[in-house]
Amino acid sequence: MSRSLIIGIALSSLVVLAALVSFVWTPYDHTVMDIPAKLHPPGAGHWFGTDHFGRDIFSMIMVGARTSIAVALIAVGIGMALGVPLGLMAAAHKGSWLDELIMRGNDLVFAFPSLVIAILITAVFGAGAVNAIIAIGIFNIPVFARISRGAALSLWERDFILAARVAGKSGARISIEHILPNITNLLIVQGTIQFSLGILAEAGLSYVGLGAQPPTPSWGRMLADAQTMVSFAPHLALIPGIAIIVTVLGLNLMGDGLRDYLDPRLRINRA
Amino acid sequence: MLRYSLKRLMSLLISLAVASVVIFVVIEIAPGDPASFMLGINAQPETVAALRTELGLDVPKWQRYLDWIGGMFRGDFGTSYTYRTPVAEMIADRLWVSLPLALFALALSTLIAFPAGIYAASRRGQPGDVAVMGATQLGVAVPNFWFAMMLVLIFAINLRWFSAGGFVGWEAGFWAGMRSLTLPAVSLALPQAAILARVMRSSLLDILGEDFMRTARAKGLSRRQALWRHGVRNALIPVLTIIGLQFSFLLAGSIIIEQVFYLPGLGRLVFQSISSRDLIVVESVVMLLVFSVILVNFLVDLAYALVDPRLRTRT
Repeated sequence: MSRSLIIGIALSSLVVLAALVSFVWTPYDHTVMDIPAKLHPPGAGHWFGTDHFGRDIFSMIMVGARTSIAVALIAVGIGMALGVPLGLMAAAHKGSWLDELIMRGNDLVFAFPSLVIAILITAVFGAGAVNAIIAIGIFNIPVFARISRGAALSLWERDFILAARVAGKSGARISIEHILPNITNLLIVQGTIQFSLGILAEAGLSYVGLGAQPPTPSWGRMLADAQTMVSFAPHLALIPGIAIIVTVLGLNLMGDGLRDYLDPRLRINRA
Repeated sequence: MLRYSLKRLMSLLISLAVASVVIFVVIEIAPGDPASFMLGINAQPETVAALRTELGLDVPKWQRYLDWIGGMFRGDFGTSYTYRTPVAEMIADRLWVSLPLALFALALSTLIAFPAGIYAASRRGQPGDVAVMGATQLGVAVPNFWFAMMLVLIFAINLRWFSAGGFVGWEAGFWAGMRSLTLPAVSLALPQAAILARVMRSSLLDILGEDFMRTARAKGLSRRQALWRHGVRNALIPVLTIIGLQFSFLLAGSIIIEQVFYLPGLGRLVFQSISSRDLIVVESVVMLLVFSVILVNFLVDLAYALVDPRLRTRT
């Protein structure tokens, strides 16, 4: 295992652990306001300080991790569940109208940045964490479709696939039984990367008010609240920002490390 | 080249047509009638009906779609439900903030990323490379709006070199305008530069392993000469795609960054319009954003084919 994989796993587990522990324990109740104790800087009583309502920031960060992880993870799930079958289907029917249709559809979805999708959904249905999930999820579909099509295409040229075809297996069956297991590593790596992009996107969407709504704590919302107070209480902005950076950095390092670990051939190029 | 361009142009037009239908349909299914929303709950049914006629809401949906599209070709985006002013004018005003911001950021990120990527590739595995790669790893992980807040804290609140937000307007002069866009552009550019530098480095490393690079060295070019004459030029092709893709991230990013700096750009317009349910404005801004992404990718494809003739035969 490379160093970046170890650091990546350590940082990511830290965040996941914080999110899991928050279900059973947080230092304080993250919803309880304690106005006399407002805007405390980080210290002994409140490790990360308190916000303008006197809420404990450490607890809010822990619960916020839940929101970030849930949104990004479900969005990756949506992207994989729809994108991978589409990509495999396109590869199995390479050059056909179906392939063309799927790939052009992909290009079209690519033209809608997740922020734009979120704007559209919010304009129609109102704001909420579900919108962020859908917006980021839709954005993930063409990513997974493209990468699985590309990988599948090169596999279709291989002898063992030819053997399966000679044995009379259908395109769908070959895709599921032979192609999919062979692209799992690739999907895991890409999944990690999209997961980290999803964390960033969720933070951005909730920052502008298109994501999780109060009282659901979210790192992006905390940053939005911090904005007017940054001059006299910089910890309000610093801490959620560092939480985002640690998470994204951890996931990216893990993705890079996993790629090298799962595919040693690439190690040479990435010194 | 002509055949290729025409083919790409066709798919550009189809994409635009499909995108416009998608946007129109999504906005159509939005609950609530703009006319009754504008007049409030106590409005008389006749007044609502009259306003519906005035806004053109009483004609069949397909005809409204065609009017919307046809209007856009003539630069007529309809009339804002809340402000009763032409949407095209509102967008044009805001575009003068958002577009220069995105371009400024694009220029900055290219200016930072190219030297950084080339430097890292040429010192592969050495401390300089490790430092640049470490910095880019961090740069990719930093949310640009948070970075923007930190820039405000340091350079506007503490050092007072820049104003913390707002836009002076281009009437105040080009440099004054650029000055108020500097912090927003830097905060947009740095995370993008990190991605671009990584692409530049890995693309250049791929090229450095090619046979023609060895030939260039064998015929007597120094490392530096070979790198610049043959390496960088060939490495630009994948970099160009990323720059094209980045444009859409920059546009989306500028919508968020405008919130940090209270800039009167497209982002502010779109969020105001969402909260006032001025859906015709949302519809047009979204269409404009999607149009620009599709157009930029089309131009990148063409530039590609110009740089690399091999690509012209591919579809």
